[in-house]
Amino acid sequence: MILSVSGVSKSFGGLQAVRDASLDVEQGRIVSLIGPNGAGKTTLFALITGFHKPDAGRVVFNGEDVTGQAPERIARLGMVRTFQIVQPFAGQTVRDNIAVGAHLHRPARRDALRKAEEVARQVGLADRLDQDAASLTVAGRKRLEVAKALATDPKLILLDEVMAGLNPSEVRDVIPIIQAIRENGVTIVLIEHVMQAVMSLSEHTWVLNQGETIADGPPAELARDPVVIEAYLGHGMATRLAEEAPVA
Amino acid sequence: MKTLAILAVVFAALGVLPLFVVSDVWLNSLIAVLYAALLGQAWNILGGYGGQFSFGHAAFFGTGAYTVAVLQVQYGINPWIGLVAGAAAAGLVAAFVGALSFRYGLRGSYFALVTLAFAEVLRILSNSVPFTGAGVGILIPLDPGAENLQFAHKSGYFWMIWAMALAAFLAAWWLGHSRFGARLMALRDNEDAARALGVSALRIKLGGIVMSGVFSGLAGVFYAQHYLYLDPGLAYGPAISVESLLVPIVGGMGTLFGPLLGAAALHVLSEVTRDIFGDAPGISLAIYGALLIFIVMFLPHGLAGLGRISARRLIRARPA
Ligand SMILES: Nc1ncnc2c1ncn2[C@@H]1O[C@H](COP(=O)(O)OP(=O)(O)O)[C@@H](O)[C@H]1O
Ligand SMILES: [Mg+2]
Repeated sequence: MILSVSGVSKSFGGLQAVRDASLDVEQGRIVSLIGPNGAGKTTLFALITGFHKPDAGRVVFNGEDVTGQAPERIARLGMVRTFQIVQPFAGQTVRDNIAVGAHLHRPARRDALRKAEEVARQVGLADRLDQDAASLTVAGRKRLEVAKALATDPKLILLDEVMAGLNPSEVRDVIPIIQAIRENGVTIVLIEHVMQAVMSLSEHTWVLNQGETIADGPPAELARDPVVIEAYLGHGMATRLAEEAPVA
Repeated sequence: MKTLAILAVVFAALGVLPLFVVSDVWLNSLIAVLYAALLGQAWNILGGYGGQFSFGHAAFFGTGAYTVAVLQVQYGINPWIGLVAGAAAAGLVAAFVGALSFRYGLRGSYFALVTLAFAEVLRILSNSVPFTGAGVGILIPLDPGAENLQFAHKSGYFWMIWAMALAAFLAAWWLGHSRFGARLMALRDNEDAARALGVSALRIKLGGIVMSGVFSGLAGVFYAQHYLYLDPGLAYGPAISVESLLVPIVGGMGTLFGPLLGAAALHVLSEVTRDIFGDAPGISLAIYGALLIFIVMFLPHGLAGLGRISARRLIRARPA
């Protein structure tokens, strides 16, 4: 297990955003986290990467207990996240944006800039290198999120809805990029609403509902799981669906 | 590399000016501009590149100034050593202010208030303890000679401030071409994103404030050796803090040459207003205030931004 999250909880005031969530990720895989809006997916990422301290539970990354450690330290160990609401260094060029990530293990400016170019090529931003990050389109900004994280040479990367807001053809373009990242040996955890992406990319999926991990398994199976369907569509929906159109 | 070449040319040009300029009035102007540019660049390192707006750079400036003065007057220590000690002491005060504020995540106006409060505390302290000469101030005995860091001729002070300013500008250039600088600017532009990429906010901001404090302290050392007199209001008063931030804001925050542009522009402005209004008290502050409002409203990138806009217009205006 490269990442093992066990019994993690977090509440904000009276609101329990994550409740006793657990998941285990094997090295070299692409797994995903799905669930309705407000289920606590982003919060769980923040708990794993040190942006929030869990009220309870443990996060073990690569054999090391990183529960409640600072994000910068966790990044140095090789686990980085992207942000659902993209967080570019606005006013800086795409090249400089990616170089911040590349500097993590590259003290020399020249090496970081070279790495930035290489990563830009990988995510399809090579012709945008000198553009201001703020001037990118939504699709460009999402790619930049991935590029910055990827430039740190992570062992595990947590991608938070990098396909949200993209049109179907843009989604089709991003999927092979993510596959290529995994082929380079990086473990990937995705949060994704775009089911097409979840189905075609991930081997295992956890379903989060109201802060709890309610089910997990191969995505195709989960799509037929009544518990999951209820979580998404509401109470009684699974049985109604089954009556109307029984799954083959 | 291109900016380094421009920097070299600018400072070389400034360096040969005294060979042609013989009048003390002009030399004084050059000294005043370089001194303001040093103060401004010191602030710019933390405020412009680091995005941490200090209202109390006098805390660092005054510490540099008092250190070199007190060491000479009370302990007979050579001002060359005092120079190093002054810069170091200013850096230490900066580290303390930084540790206190950044550790608790103070940002924006909270950080500004803490720095302001610090400068005021130091002003009051220097007003009450005996070894600074308290309210009477401290007078460095006149003893011209390079070994005493005092100069009979203005050109000596010119070279002193030229070298100090050059060091500050080289440091600022380095920020644009190093990992440390990239991280400092990343924190300025998006702290969460920077931390997600492994940037230690506390450590980098501390580095930024210490660097900034050291150069501010150097400006203080220069002031002490140039005027040979200090009192709490001069060393730790708000005027220094205001000048420190005004220069880069007018010239262009977070740009290498902004503080030099700002220093030159403010110098011209203050000469003009003095010609018009004489030395009427408060006039310069009122004009500074108006200027600050104007710049913030209409020229958010300062004079350096003005240059960039017109360069872009020229390029766009050129027929295809
Ligand atoms: N910093 C915060 N302070 C207060 N409430 C928060 C905070 N972050 C998230 N929440 C709340 O926690 C719940 C889960 O949010 P989130 O993790 O963003 O869900 P998801 O990513 O699954 O859509 C939501 O109700 C959200 O409003
Ligand atoms: Mg979310």
